[in-house]
Amino acid sequence: MQASTGRPAPSRPLLGWLVLAAAAVLLLPWYGLEHPLRAVFEGQAQARPVLWQGLAGGRAWLLPLLVLPVLGLWAAWRRQPRLLVTAALLGLGWMVGEALAVTLHGWGYGWLTALFGPGPKQAALGWGALAYALAGVALLAQGLARLGWLRGDAFVLGAILGLAAALVVFVGWPVSVVLVSAVRDNNGAFAPEMLAAKLFDRTIWGLDCLAGGRSCGVAWNTLALALIVGVLSTLLGLATALLALRTRFPAKGLLRILSLLPVITPPFVIGLALILMFGRGGFITTFLAVHFDIPRSRWLYGLPGVAIAQVLAFTPIAFLVLAGLVQGVAPSMEEAAQTLRASRWHVFRTVTWPLIRPGLANAFLVAFIESLADFGNPLVLGGNYNVLSTDIFFAVVGAAHDQGRAAVLALVLLAFTLGAFVVQQRWVGEAGYTTVTGKGEGGISPPLPGWLGAACYGTVLPWLGFTVVVYAIILAGGFVADIGRDNTPSLQYFWTAFSVERGVGGWFLSGSGWSSLITTMELALVAMPITAALGILAAWLLARQRFAGRGVFEVLAMMSFAIPGTVIGVSYILAFNVPPLELTGTAAILVLSFVFRNMPVGIRAGLASLGQIDRSLDEASLTLRANSLRTLRLVILPILRPAIIAALVYSFVRAVTAVSAVIFLTTAQYNLATVYIVGRAEIGEYGLALVYSAVLILVMVGVLVAIRAVVGEQALGRRNMMGQP
Amino acid sequence: MSATATAAEAATVEFRGVTKRYGAYPAVDDISFSIARGTLVTLLGPSGCGKTTTLRLIAGLEMASAGRILIGGEDVTNLSAASRDVSMVFQSYALFPHMTVLQNVCYGLLASGVKQRAAETQARAKLETVGLTGLEARRPSELSGGQQQRVAVARAIVLEPKVLLFDEPLSNLDARLRRHVRDEIRALQQELALTVVYVTHDQEEALAVSDRIIVMGQARIAQDGTPRELYEQPASRFVADFIGNANLLPVVLAGREGAMARVTLGGVQLLLAHHGAADGPAVLAVRPNAVRLLPLVAGSGVVGASLTGVVRKAAYLGGHMEYEVALEGLAEPVFVTSTEVAGPLHAGAAVRAAFDGSGLALVPPD
Repeated sequence: MQASTGRPAPSRPLLGWLVLAAAAVLLLPWYGLEHPLRAVFEGQAQARPVLWQGLAGGRAWLLPLLVLPVLGLWAAWRRQPRLLVTAALLGLGWMVGEALAVTLHGWGYGWLTALFGPGPKQAALGWGALAYALAGVALLAQGLARLGWLRGDAFVLGAILGLAAALVVFVGWPVSVVLVSAVRDNNGAFAPEMLAAKLFDRTIWGLDCLAGGRSCGVAWNTLALALIVGVLSTLLGLATALLALRTRFPAKGLLRILSLLPVITPPFVIGLALILMFGRGGFITTFLAVHFDIPRSRWLYGLPGVAIAQVLAFTPIAFLVLAGLVQGVAPSMEEAAQTLRASRWHVFRTVTWPLIRPGLANAFLVAFIESLADFGNPLVLGGNYNVLSTDIFFAVVGAAHDQGRAAVLALVLLAFTLGAFVVQQRWVGEAGYTTVTGKGEGGISPPLPGWLGAACYGTVLPWLGFTVVVYAIILAGGFVADIGRDNTPSLQYFWTAFSVERGVGGWFLSGSGWSSLITTMELALVAMPITAALGILAAWLLARQRFAGRGVFEVLAMMSFAIPGTVIGVSYILAFNVPPLELTGTAAILVLSFVFRNMPVGIRAGLASLGQIDRSLDEASLTLRANSLRTLRLVILPILRPAIIAALVYSFVRAVTAVSAVIFLTTAQYNLATVYIVGRAEIGEYGLALVYSAVLILVMVGVLVAIRAVVGEQALGRRNMMGQP
Repeated sequence: MSATATAAEAATVEFRGVTKRYGAYPAVDDISFSIARGTLVTLLGPSGCGKTTTLRLIAGLEMASAGRILIGGEDVTNLSAASRDVSMVFQSYALFPHMTVLQNVCYGLLASGVKQRAAETQARAKLETVGLTGLEARRPSELSGGQQQRVAVARAIVLEPKVLLFDEPLSNLDARLRRHVRDEIRALQQELALTVVYVTHDQEEALAVSDRIIVMGQARIAQDGTPRELYEQPASRFVADFIGNANLLPVVLAGREGAMARVTLGGVQLLLAHHGAADGPAVLAVRPNAVRLLPLVAGSGVVGASLTGVVRKAAYLGGHMEYEVALEGLAEPVFVTSTEVAGPLHAGAAVRAAFDGSGLALVPPD
């Protein structure tokens, strides 16, 4: 297909990208620098652009990179899209190739060393390389669009290529590095024979505990915990959903609040509260020991404690999934059954229950995956009960420092979560009972059969009470001298963390928590718009564009949802610790981990909303001479506003409460609130940990309320954001 | 607004062997046609025949898998919808719900780089053309269906596109409004001398508005001609059946005389234009209104060529009667309409059926 005739001259976007490509090789420092500005102004050798490095710096292998601006300009001038595509592919290909081939310590591949002897060395990629990659992808899109790909839409092509590249670099590449390091020994040599040994190690798969041994393999521990938590959360969630939607339970508002609280609670904080109640020194334990002579024990540390904490944390999620489902059972169907002379029990058994049943599996799998991936609670409460996520952590940071073992454990955990994720996706796809039509359905559901209602009350009320107590401890525990024993109000912990003092030169934040709190807010606020933008953009591409590889794109985009944070953390450390991409220790790696971990939330919110927007709106805009970028900006985004808000809120909240991934990535310079709190809790400073948690929760509530006030009464569409269809 | 300027903009549309495949399945299979400047051409066919895909191919909302598409002589095969200078009125109207009527109509102008002020002036003029002055500040949700439709039309024509496309524009209107809007669209097209491509599955609508009709079936063009040609000389059973609900009766072609052929239907001989049909078995399309039914009164003489039969069903539809009549020598009952409502026939009545030559056409057997 030769479509170059009769086209307008090189467009302004095309020229703009060519200028960027030229700047990337002629002006910008190609390599990463600690202080780019200073290095450039001082004219350090490392800060020179490609052309200089290549001609005068002895790095001739960089010179072929000039193909992109030179050949690209020629192609644009001659209006030859094929040539433009060739230039972009050559440039990008050479960039990836040389970056992988020439590393910090010589050749990146053994066969190159064998062939050429010790090779040249180079540092990690920097600003120039970033600009080059951007320009290359954009020019590729411009060229392909001119060849008629994707209805000649350069913006859509660029968005797809750019997002795909980002997903490959920040999701695909780290995960594959984990896979690769699993088959290497600790010196980096290829050792596939060790993989089987490591993968089926007794510490992972041993079944000693069944035969009276001390403990089972960590894989079995993890599965058993997830199974227990999944079942209990689902049952409690179901009871709560029935209570909220099929009875005249008076405190439905409380249910709503309690179902939202875990979303803004850092995951391990519930574990802290449990320790303060039931730990060896907990106030309930003490009370029982003093008044009833029940000996103090460490029963909480291990499976029971972790399970209780996780059930408390994940029941609300199961509730949200099931509430959506129970709501989806049209009352008209139950009314129809009633008019067919079915009793209340009969209606429930023959209509309501069969319609809910497929969703139970979904709720179970969601809780199951959350439990597998949970890191904070096992860290705080696990004791000797090892699970995969914490074992991965200790393999990396512990005395053993066994990255190979961490990789193998991560592999097992990844297999579990992805397996459950696939099953869940299948199940959701097949459970085609959803009866929500978008029409307001009339009718009133019949109340639950008497004994079933009683059972719901009987299970939910104690759980509710327990949850309220737990949250009371979380919110108030840091503001008393010693919770449960000395309940005099005290600001002692608060001042330790958040004191403000007047010193030389004015007021300054002297509390120990300020720095991590401010870092957290900064990074979460930086990640928030990026996450939401990429998520919504990806959702738009998935919902509205047909392109080859769409399936792979979707899997890659949604997969990071199923990758446990610990695995992300380990994979980022392994992948981004050395050139070509050296990001560890920077704020960028934290932001990137937030963005690519939370992007699926934006995708889900976007997909759900886009599904309700008539496709002809986009098409009308296109036929009205608006290009796809303008269409997205003026038509889609305004209509998608609620979904965008939801994505913003959720990505902010998840970034603030994240602990599992970032605990690997934080440094003294970029410490995060959650990591700080875990650190306090580990050394027993519970008051400080609680006060900080309470502040964090209140800050997030404040942000949520502020966003709500700005957006008005629009529902934030929480149901869209949780793991449900 | 100047009609002449618009006419100069209007252009031809040409398909050269265009195919659109979804996987292996062709939605449009190697079709070629040419639409003259300033005419209204209808794409007519049952659902799934490829007519909407054809329209979307013109708009650039679908890209051809093979073949060339030319608008105004220029090859636009690889151009995106935004750069094709084609406007479309959607079946659902696709008005932007978050914008006012005026903003909707201005949208395309602003996207084309017209300044806000000028865009608003032009938009107001077009809203006046479609009779919506005074509703500029409303939201689409505050308009009736007919008003929404007019906004959609105004939004499309304000760009003075080379080609204006309509995708079943009347399907969301109630029956009374349909005729009115149909006539308005036709009047507007003629006044502005627009090149219009119009998709519908309603043959009556197509016959009423079109300069030419392209009948599509199974991803191909079944016939391309003026409404009269299609009605009077259908090229296939499919077309005859789709347009005017013709009765398709098996006949025998028994000899020709010049352009005419002798045809045997049941027991009668008819003399019809053969249009190249070969001797032997053929299909005769008999329009429902081309059969005249007379009560069979004992002793009355047989006038011309006619068949006897019995009325099976009779329905009174106000303006006309509908009958189902079993005729001697024919396997299937025949569907007949009659404007004679004063003295209707009743089910069970014995009748004599005469044929009106203008409503009969020989159709090549498939």
